[in-house]
Amino acid sequence: MEEVKQQVISLPRLGEPAPAFETATTHGVLKLEDFKGSWLVLFSHPADFTPVCTTEFIAFAEIYPELQKRGVELLGLSVDSTSSHIAWVRNVEEKTGVKIPFPIIADLNKEVSMAYGMIHPGQSKTETVRCVFIIDPNQIIRTILYYPLTTGRNMDEILRIIDALQTTDEHKVATPANWRPGDMVVVPPPSTQEMAEERVKQKEYECIDWYLCKKKL
Amino acid sequence: MACISPDGKPTESGTKMLRALKSRLGSAEEIAKDAGLPLFRVRSGLRELTQAGLANQKGDKYEITDKGAELIG
Repeated sequence: MEEVKQQVISLPRLGEPAPAFETATTHGVLKLEDFKGSWLVLFSHPADFTPVCTTEFIAFAEIYPELQKRGVELLGLSVDSTSSHIAWVRNVEEKTGVKIPFPIIADLNKEVSMAYGMIHPGQSKTETVRCVFIIDPNQIIRTILYYPLTTGRNMDEILRIIDALQTTDEHKVATPANWRPGDMVVVPPPSTQEMAEERVKQKEYECIDWYLCKKKL
Repeated sequence: MACISPDGKPTESGTKMLRALKSRLGSAEEIAKDAGLPLFRVRSGLRELTQAGLANQKGDKYEITDKGAELIG
């Protein structure tokens, strides 16, 4: 009987090192390690000169100053060529006045797309879906978002996640549903009965019960 | 290449990096600050400049070569 070999591709997971790469971009050859020390939003789009992607690129360019304030770099990716990327960003600038300030990976051989699990054959065998990888300054993957081809991404949510990650890292807290900067944060739940009894007596916390207490930063 | 044009001349960002290197031996972080460029661009650019013989790496610092200095005048 002929042996059927199935290729199993391991996808990146949260808390694991981001897969290394060295690749051609619109800003020259870049390595993942070039971004060490900065937060990085690596995102893929299905193709250049397509409508939803164009709206997303304009939106990413619009939040770029906000990302810079937070120490975040942006890096786009699709399986188009560098020439196609250059023609597209020039066209976007010419037609809309928006300059695309960040590099775009030309992943013609799909090396980076495959390493990051950006191609979902159920959606398209040739194009990358709309992925967002938020990578921290130590190059650990901290957030992964996948959007279908037909749904443009929400930039407010990307900024909100970065604010939440940076806040939780700095203050060792968690953030509740729909949290925004300035809102109360969740303190880690007590791990012993004694700590639980102490927690509900502490005046600086606003507690529903011992396991759900919030505080202001 | 982002720092060197096909005709062998440094691009605008390559020139900024070489000018920063001309004034001092510097790390990628220092060159990024002096040249006003993102650190990732400088790390990538310094690789190119080194491969092209326009800069030399000494530990974690970089210096301009005679060829690099000649190109920016």
